[in-house]
Amino acid sequence: MIGKSTKTVLLGLGLGLASAVLTFAPPAHAATTAGAGAGAGAMVDARKSGYEFMLPATQVLQRDDSQNPAMLWVKDGAARWSQIEGANGKSCASCHAHAKASMKGVAAKYPAYSSSLKRVINLQQQINFCRAARQGAVPFALENPALLGLESYVAFQSRGMLTAPSSDAVTVAAQNKGQSLFNQRMGQIDLSCKDCHVDLAGRSLAGNLIPQAHPTGYPLYRLAWQAVGGLQRRLRNCLVGIRAEPYAFGSEEMVALEAYLVKRAAGMPLESPAVRP
Amino acid sequence: MAHTILTVPAVAKSGEIIELRALIQHPMETGYRRSSEGVMLPRDLIRSFTCRFLERGKSGEGELVFSATLHAAISANPFLSFHTTAYASGTFVLTWSGDNGFTQTERAHIAVR
Repeated sequence: MIGKSTKTVLLGLGLGLASAVLTFAPPAHAATTAGAGAGAGAMVDARKSGYEFMLPATQVLQRDDSQNPAMLWVKDGAARWSQIEGANGKSCASCHAHAKASMKGVAAKYPAYSSSLKRVINLQQQINFCRAARQGAVPFALENPALLGLESYVAFQSRGMLTAPSSDAVTVAAQNKGQSLFNQRMGQIDLSCKDCHVDLAGRSLAGNLIPQAHPTGYPLYRLAWQAVGGLQRRLRNCLVGIRAEPYAFGSEEMVALEAYLVKRAAGMPLESPAVRP
Repeated sequence: MAHTILTVPAVAKSGEIIELRALIQHPMETGYRRSSEGVMLPRDLIRSFTCRFLERGKSGEGELVFSATLHAAISANPFLSFHTTAYASGTFVLTWSGDNGFTQTERAHIAVR
């Protein structure tokens, strides 16, 4: 009888408890600082992924796909990939076939210039553009769970690859605009991104370590959100935190900030779907 | 249908202690929170989880391997991990059920040699 012969052990309910019990060797995709990229020759790259500022228990949650709750969004995106939507009777797969091959490295270069829209857009906006223009479907609201599923699935195909921001003139202009926003003090608390994420990175803000703000894991599962969210949602959190009026999702300023952050992280490995506290 | 991720070994030796993992996409809304518009969010929880083992060739609902009662303090997308001893080939039947008539069943097969 199984009731007598089995010994059942509850390792933990919820996310935090369970991960604390288990230990794993880090797989190849575990976030480590890229020596290549911006650094020249033997220079040591001082850039660190947000992964390195996390507690070991949260790191395990990210490394192990069987525990990482963001994998549920990847699975959702995989199902949507071949789902026919819109007036044109097309799915993502109708044009792009297998995401494993066609989407490899795609997430590593966004935000990028769209020749159709004549502006710089992020990955969510690109998916929405495909949806409207190619599928003839109603675009999703930005940060919508379905859109995050597709974005997670696309970003997952680039996991472990190095961030490779675009360098065309329009994207560079957006990156420069993003840089000036990054350095600009704003809000009632009168802080810039740089004040915390460059000058005070590694120090504590309340109980948390301040990371260097390298967006290598997005879209990611944030324990505080209990869900997957995009980089712009995270930027919005910081803007609210310094009591500044947050920019709208998809606005020029949000995309410019995103473009600059990706440029700052050039050459660092992508971790999506990451987990953050 | 909620998405799930199951980790169950496909093959095990007889008498081997195996680990089963089950992750399910669910909001686990407590019923104590308000939306950004100030409206109470109705409770939406998974209340119970069971894992049963049905030996190959046998009928019925199988033997209970593990069960858990879930409450409001458990995170969204609950992850459960537990151990059992593999002694025969068969099917693990994992069932989550909860508020608003939520019920989901997933199966995982194991071959024991």
